[in-house]
Amino acid sequence: MGMGSRLALIVKSKANKLMDRAEDPRETLDYSYEKQLELLTKVRRGVADVATSRKRIEIQMQQLQSSSDKLQAQAQQAVGQGRDDLAREALTRRATVNTQLADLQTQHANLQAEEEKLTQASQRLQAKVDAFRTRKETIKATYTAAEAQAKIGEAVSGISEEMGDVGMAVQRAEDKTQAMQARAGAVDELIASGALDDLSLPSGQRDDIQAELDRGAASTDVELELAKLKGALPAGEEQAALPSGNGDQAASAPEAAPAEAAQPTSEPGTPS
Amino acid sequence: MIVRILGEGQLDVADNHLETLNRLDDDLAKAVDSGDEPQFAAALAALLAKVREVGTVVPDDAITPSELILPSADASLPEVRALLTDEGLIPG
Repeated sequence: MGMGSRLALIVKSKANKLMDRAEDPRETLDYSYEKQLELLTKVRRGVADVATSRKRIEIQMQQLQSSSDKLQAQAQQAVGQGRDDLAREALTRRATVNTQLADLQTQHANLQAEEEKLTQASQRLQAKVDAFRTRKETIKATYTAAEAQAKIGEAVSGISEEMGDVGMAVQRAEDKTQAMQARAGAVDELIASGALDDLSLPSGQRDDIQAELDRGAASTDVELELAKLKGALPAGEEQAALPSGNGDQAASAPEAAPAEAAQPTSEPGTPS
Repeated sequence: MIVRILGEGQLDVADNHLETLNRLDDDLAKAVDSGDEPQFAAALAALLAKVREVGTVVPDDAITPSELILPSADASLPEVRALLTDEGLIPG
């Protein structure tokens, strides 16, 4: 016998067992209907659970994407400062982040497919449960117990099959959601550990690459300011000008400075 | 003939395709029994493709038992084996 027929037989025999439990087969209708409503609730909860899990992954994907963008920018900045060591570190971390990101994208696609399937299963079941309720009332009103047997058999067998199918879909989605949550927890831990250099961390928390770059940029700025100040002073007047010295004024007037003003030659970008 | 693909729903297949479907269904059963995973995957894909090709979708509000119940497209061999056990398809 084929596989499809074997499975169909298993379902039929289960439905028959269900019918045999009740003295009056019409009771089976109510019992089955109760189970259908329970399953409907379960499926809807399943859809919500999968959606929650999907959203969590979306948030993590955003976090990792912004980390990746930030590390890229840091690498560029580091190269600009001639700090290949920092650039290399930033690019290495970015590669790790991107690997995680690609993995999350796959998980996200899986969850989305699961959510879609479960939503459809939920809609199908809802339509069938509605139809079952109508049929149940018709059978109860129109037929005697003996007459009802065959009608009930078909209805219960048909709906049991749907319930088995949907029940499996819910179970599957639950399993996937659980596995996903475990992974999401692992990614959160990785982010928290600093290994992925997360941008979403509060600004007070340390970002060693950025700190180094800032130090580099700050010392450059200081030297630039210093050069401007020095450039703004007429030769021989340094001592007198110092007490009233103003950075803004000095910075706005470097062109007016005499060419012979003292300027540090080692700094790039010094006005000349 | 009504055929259910698990996870997808039911399709109505005209009787003149019965012979083809039964043959493909037997192939699938052989693959499951022998435990040959590649053969199983190929047989399942062929059977599902045929059912989708010749079947028409049964409306959502129809309640009718299926004559064939087929595993979902992404089912693995162990999963299908589990379906055949007592608690597999419909618990309780």
